[in-house]
Amino acid sequence: MHLSKNLIDLVDITKSWDGTCVLDELNLSIKENEFLTLLGPSGCGKSTTLRILGGFVTPDKGRVIFDGEDITSLPPNKRNLNTVFQKYALFPHMTVEENIAFGLKISGKSDAYIKDKIQYALKLVNLDGYEKRKPTLLSGGQQQRIAIARAIVNEPKVLLLDEPLGALDLKLRQDMQYELIRLKNELGITFIYVTHDQEEALTMSDTVVVMNQGYIQQMGTPEQIYNEPENAFVADFIGDSNIIDATMIQDELVEILGVKFPCVDSGFGNNKPVDVVIRPEDLILGTPGTGRMDGTVTHVIFKGVHYEMEVMANGFEWLVQSTKAFPVGTEVSLDVDPYNIQIMNKPASEDEKAVAIDE
Amino acid sequence: MNKRKLLAGPYMVWAAGFIILPLLIVLYYGLTNADGGFSFANFIAITDPMHLKALGESLLIAFGSTVISLVVAYPLAYILSKMQGGKSGIIIMMFILPMWINFMLRVLALQMILSNNGLLNALLGFLHLPLQHIMYSKTAILIGMTYDYLPFMILPIYNAMCKIDRDLLDAAADLGAGRLQSFRRIIIPLSLPGVISGIIMVFIPSISEFAIADILGGSKILLIGNVIEQEFSLSSNWNLGSGLSIVLMIFIFISMAIMNRTETDEEGTSV
Repeated sequence: MHLSKNLIDLVDITKSWDGTCVLDELNLSIKENEFLTLLGPSGCGKSTTLRILGGFVTPDKGRVIFDGEDITSLPPNKRNLNTVFQKYALFPHMTVEENIAFGLKISGKSDAYIKDKIQYALKLVNLDGYEKRKPTLLSGGQQQRIAIARAIVNEPKVLLLDEPLGALDLKLRQDMQYELIRLKNELGITFIYVTHDQEEALTMSDTVVVMNQGYIQQMGTPEQIYNEPENAFVADFIGDSNIIDATMIQDELVEILGVKFPCVDSGFGNNKPVDVVIRPEDLILGTPGTGRMDGTVTHVIFKGVHYEMEVMANGFEWLVQSTKAFPVGTEVSLDVDPYNIQIMNKPASEDEKAVAIDE
Repeated sequence: MNKRKLLAGPYMVWAAGFIILPLLIVLYYGLTNADGGFSFANFIAITDPMHLKALGESLLIAFGSTVISLVVAYPLAYILSKMQGGKSGIIIMMFILPMWINFMLRVLALQMILSNNGLLNALLGFLHLPLQHIMYSKTAILIGMTYDYLPFMILPIYNAMCKIDRDLLDAAADLGAGRLQSFRRIIIPLSLPGVISGIIMVFIPSISEFAIADILGGSKILLIGNVIEQEFSLSSNWNLGSGLSIVLMIFIFISMAIMNRTETDEEGTSV
């Protein structure tokens, strides 16, 4: 994938609703051809960010730079980007064909051109033959595809997608994820995607931006976000994890619940309190005495791919995933490889800590 | 008959006694002459020049008051639908409030305002403007009808406008539509069902109106409603009154049919 220059820059974007700050000096750069996902719980500011990009919300402060131009005060109908709305927002009084033609007619394209474009777009979303249908008679997944077709016929440089799969059932949602990746590659344009679903974000994105309470918590590739969360919020929000208070004894040695573990991180200082993240699939279960800690299994659930267990050890209930089941009450040992221990700085203020614990 | 159907019993009795039976009586009188013999004469009587003129006036005034109501109500409903919660409620209330007062009282109040020595001319005189002789004219009837039926135009249009999803307007803007294009391509077609019900609720009762014409028109202008009323009361010719009523009903049915036709047509070709 070729990621070139910045297409969009959000500079110091601040927005409040009724005195509540939703976005606080947000800075974000989006590259050409990028599939960027804004991920976070509801109320984290991700939708507001998208609406600012679309032109439906004017920021209180800050600038939106699009392709080198300041478009902060440009109305939505003058922007070279299109939106796929959460509830599709198809025009109920028009047929599928009329819906798709809407933007093209406004921009005064010829009938022949519009006809070609409708055919092309319907083929792209696998709905050829649906021209004359009314959108209200289509299924949620089909309506979603029409909404995408309606947006992309205008050849926008950027497609904004506001939780477009939120209303679909699980199977359809997974299918649509592949569809969206295919579409993005075929069209070669920038996708900016908003979701609260971490799996969607990890599956589709080139870049994931994790947001909470109006701040960007972490920005990186899906692998970075999952494997190297920068703080407890990100670790907790992306997948299951054990987040524990710990002390960094020295470089590459951390004390967790009174036990010293070798790790691969350094530069945190000596005897410094830190947060440690250990993913449940990274914990190794064994017979008592063979690991660094011993504990007792308190819960077992079969999850399909693996068993999920809770193990009480050193006063902490560890979440563990393993393909081998240990019955409740079994004495087990717990261990973890050094490179699977993720060390994070403690939040600087109580405020930030509250943010992290919130979800 | 199951239990749930039984619950509709009281209404069935009501409908039989106060809707179906009267209709049958009207039909009977309309199809018979004074001696009780079968006759179409009461229907054909509509071709009498005086009756035709009254029907024409009725249609004209009903049409006029419908158009004026629409012109007043549509922009108002649009503005109201864009207002935030509380404020629009107060204004809607102002339009509904008069409907809680007896209809006759409202028309009589209007008479006081419009009469030669009434409030309107007092105000015009105070402002040194020419006095108006509105009472006992078609204008007075038109004002009366519009005033009376305006809420029936506002409410359905307002409801239809409120139901339009804001996302649709965002989507239209997103696809490049300016305010005027959004209005023409989204708001007008989607508020059309409200407009149609508004038109039906104003036009239909206006055609057969006679009380307003009596009071504000001073019996100078004869509407088809007045003719029918007089046949029943003054002339005691129930047969003719019934015949003309049925003809009027047929006119109303035809208008309704045309209206419903426009509605479905518009839906299909609104782009």
